[in-house]
Amino acid sequence: MLVLKSIQNLKARSVLAVVMLVFLQACTAPAPKAINDPHEASNRRTHEANRKVDTALIRPAAGAYGSVLPAPVRQGVGNFASNLNLPGVIVNNLLQLNIDGAVKNSWRFVINTTIGLGGVFDPSSSIELYEDSSDFGETLHVWGVGEGEYVELPFIGPSTQRDTVGMVVDVFTNPLTFGAPSPEKFMGPVAKGLSKLGDRYTYSSTVDAILYDSADSYAQARLLYLQSRRFQLGQEQTNEDQGDDGYDDYYAD
Amino acid sequence: MTIITQIKLSRRNVLLGGGATLAISPFASPALALSTDQGSSHVDKVVAAINKVIASGKPEARMIKDFEKIFLKYSDVNYLASYALGVEGRRATASQKRAFAKNFQGYIARKYGKQFRAFIGGKLLVKSSKTVKNHVEVKTIAHLKGQAPFDVTFFVSDKTGKVLFYNMFIEGISLLLTERTEIGSMLDRRKGNLDALIKDMKAAG
Repeated sequence: MLVLKSIQNLKARSVLAVVMLVFLQACTAPAPKAINDPHEASNRRTHEANRKVDTALIRPAAGAYGSVLPAPVRQGVGNFASNLNLPGVIVNNLLQLNIDGAVKNSWRFVINTTIGLGGVFDPSSSIELYEDSSDFGETLHVWGVGEGEYVELPFIGPSTQRDTVGMVVDVFTNPLTFGAPSPEKFMGPVAKGLSKLGDRYTYSSTVDAILYDSADSYAQARLLYLQSRRFQLGQEQTNEDQGDDGYDDYYAD
Repeated sequence: MTIITQIKLSRRNVLLGGGATLAISPFASPALALSTDQGSSHVDKVVAAINKVIASGKPEARMIKDFEKIFLKYSDVNYLASYALGVEGRRATASQKRAFAKNFQGYIARKYGKQFRAFIGGKLLVKSSKTVKNHVEVKTIAHLKGQAPFDVTFFVSDKTGKVLFYNMFIEGISLLLTERTEIGSMLDRRKGNLDALIKDMKAAG
């Protein structure tokens, strides 16, 4: 997250350009085509750099983090980070007029912050009160903004123009990080960073399979990101994309 | 007179009936749409088989052999292989296609078998199923430790004469699309040499 901050400063100008671009495109937001990646060559260079950062830094750090801290502690850090992130999610639920989600998440926040001792524990999930997760990228989607071009961001990985803007805006949507006084406001980002490290450790075999075992990790990461993001946003994929019509055709002869 | 009309009527009935039978029969046996219950129960069987393998606690290599059997028994492996090969399949000979399908089935068993380890201690429950065109979509919810539940959806069809699943989505990520991309990349790496790909598939995954 600290890295993210410095990138955000560096990239503030280009991000602004992206913001304007996305909003201009918003007027005619098309349904997402299979893959819109006109800057594939430069994205691939970023991907290679990200892979090197993972090999040299993130993967070993996650390994150390995972072997030093036992699973329940890592789970606690993850819980704490996502609980701190919740107020921002609620803001986005509201911006999307998703009242049901906002109410659920508010209850979750109250229960986990009190009974869950500041969010370290997650009693809400044991009563099946799960997070209705959201972000400003989704808010933009609900407002009619198309996903734009696919981008691979330095240090962060797969995204789209719309989701990149969303990520930047989300620095400000969470009152707990943005509005808090100086030492406390870093708590969220630090917890988030550690939580991400924990995820990298927990899902290491899956992440490794994509980054290092796949014949073209760039193409795999791009496809996985776009599919899961569109699914998350409830965008129906065409039958052709799902290999559905193909099945009947396959046996037609 | 009444008798004649009655006969006529009955003849017409017979003719109509016969026509209807003729019209229905092509749909009746092979394409009588798979019911949503059949789809669900098929996925239940798949899930039970996977859980059984995971619970067996066998060494990984043995588990992967068992996963391969599950793919063979419950999924349309030939279709999965053919979809993954995509347009490249058109220039493949029949024997290349067969060899590819055979190695592909080991490849997905290894690749996905390794990932199924994440399911240890978790469960997959069938939530709903619906008919979409000629297939049944069965939605299951995966409950894994320390994670919010997520969607795993299967596409099930009896087009082959057997009830089989032919695609699986984990949180919207399609197995078919993922593998078509991956196999395409593997083929590109080998400069389009299908035989080299088939050979390397034996160890891949």
